[in-house]
Amino acid sequence: MSTEQHIKLPEGSIEKTTTTLNMGPTHPATHGVFQNILELDGERIVSAEQTVGYIHRAFEKLAERRPLYQITTLTDRLNYCSSPINNMGWHLTCEKLLGVKTPKRVDYLRIIIMELSRISDHLICNSVVGVDSGAFTGFLYVMQYRELIYEIYEEVCGSRLTTNMGRIGGFERDFTNTAFEKLEKFLAEYPAVLKEFENLFTRNRIFMERTIGAGPISAERALNYGFTGPNLRAAGVDYDVRVHQPYSSYEDFEFDIPVGSTGDCYDRFLVRNNEMWQSLRIIEQAYRKVQEFKGAEATVFHADAPDYYLPEKKDVYTKMEALIYHFKIVMGETEIPSGEVYNAVEGGNGELGFYLISDGGRTPYRLHFRRPCFIYYQAYSELTKGAMLSDAVIVMSSLNLIAGEMDA
Amino acid sequence: MALTNETIKNRLTAKFGDQLTNFEEPYGLLTFEAPKDMNLKVMQFLYDDEELRFQFLTDLTAVHYPHQQDRELAVVYHLHNLTDNIRLRFKVFTSSIQPDIFTATQLYSSANWMERETYDFFGIHFVGHPNLKRILNVDEMEYFPMRKEFPLEDQTRIDKDDAMFGRGPLPPAANQGAIETPRHPNEPRVPASGTPGVEGPKQDWSTETTKQ
Repeated sequence: MSTEQHIKLPEGSIEKTTTTLNMGPTHPATHGVFQNILELDGERIVSAEQTVGYIHRAFEKLAERRPLYQITTLTDRLNYCSSPINNMGWHLTCEKLLGVKTPKRVDYLRIIIMELSRISDHLICNSVVGVDSGAFTGFLYVMQYRELIYEIYEEVCGSRLTTNMGRIGGFERDFTNTAFEKLEKFLAEYPAVLKEFENLFTRNRIFMERTIGAGPISAERALNYGFTGPNLRAAGVDYDVRVHQPYSSYEDFEFDIPVGSTGDCYDRFLVRNNEMWQSLRIIEQAYRKVQEFKGAEATVFHADAPDYYLPEKKDVYTKMEALIYHFKIVMGETEIPSGEVYNAVEGGNGELGFYLISDGGRTPYRLHFRRPCFIYYQAYSELTKGAMLSDAVIVMSSLNLIAGEMDA
Repeated sequence: MALTNETIKNRLTAKFGDQLTNFEEPYGLLTFEAPKDMNLKVMQFLYDDEELRFQFLTDLTAVHYPHQQDRELAVVYHLHNLTDNIRLRFKVFTSSIQPDIFTATQLYSSANWMERETYDFFGIHFVGHPNLKRILNVDEMEYFPMRKEFPLEDQTRIDKDDAMFGRGPLPPAANQGAIETPRHPNEPRVPASGTPGVEGPKQDWSTETTKQ
């Protein structure tokens, strides 16, 4: 018998002992459009390479032709799980450049909205970690309570996902009574839900075995990789923009920064869960503060910034000056003062920065978004090196990678 | 003692002398400019110095100023000292003919993709970068789209033919001496409409798109 092979394999394929696996760009486990090319030895990951850019929409370029108020809609589409934070971050950047001082009530209303969106962001992330580790129940259970948050958005600004909420200087209209009623309903119902959600996962043996030790990162490496937000805090660094550079009167509130120690999936899960409790604390305080306003102060919902804040419609029809302002704002004919400003807010995923340069024209000369997702996703190959294939999925979801934010 | 902009500035000038220029504080953020080949030295000093400790790279991007001769491109670094909680920004200017800048990837792993993004959009060549290729745009792209020589479409232009995009009727002039549009061989031939520009061509196109 001859030992000759009947099937001829391509040159070099016998020597290759690893398998290449494409996870993405449209894989259900990526929860977004990006790709991981994994090199597998059996079920172990030898190396991973990430590809991003599938939904790049050139926001930075578009922003160079738009007046400030039209850029808000672009920020919606960065991290679309928490659009209001992006919106408010953008308004705060503009206000910093223009020197607009917002009233306290506006700050508190903004904080209510921002913390609600943080809850909805973390809720998605944590429940999806559950889904990817085989526990669908938690996800289905909490989704109907995220709906309560979206109803509040709807009441405040009319839309749910890409909110375009607020204006430079405040909100487009005051919160209605219905909005506050819905907020009260949420505050009353949500703690029990979150408790139940934690009961499902936190001490669940299967969940713990799946997540503890999966995708860990040390504090030092996390900082070197530019991690921010819950992912950095899970590694043990208590950096939070809300505390370190308070914006929108966050200094008036009392809350804790939860930190982890190992930076693995379990710690990230716990940090996010605890942040939801802290967000609830902040919302309760902010709501109490909003209710304490008396007299004329109790109805303030925007700053006095006639150059950028649209006048009331009835004034536009009856007053010359209001008509001029209205026209100039809508047509984008307001000259922005020249300047250079970097402003950061604590987004759902970490430090969301806006670097805005104005040369005195009507649109920004340059606008750069510091997108936390984009920066920390490059650590993915280091996080998954030597892990199992199933860990690759769970690490991805626990980092809360949002394709919209990555690709801008 | 908390670190202030003043002490950072003094410490930097003590080390680098007058090589660092244009110290400013727009909106309270210390900003200065470093020579092109000094970016890494400055960053290393800011990182290692036991008083300054700027060990977190917040952001890295570029700006294009086409009218500044030999200083067309600016690379902007935002650094953060997390211990003392203070930020600073510094810029390095380079010409667009030879935009070579030393890479910061040895110091910060996070600089890897940020530099790739900056290369992708501005064409800044980071010397020593381990994997300098496009990241958000397609690999085949031959230009650097965030440069100012690629303006976005002027929203007020009026020479745009809206009819080509299904908005409004075709202007009469466009239909006279109409060029035969290539059509599918199996498609029955629709007679060209008599009145130019009103309804005819619209109908034609709609049938064409549905049948093909």
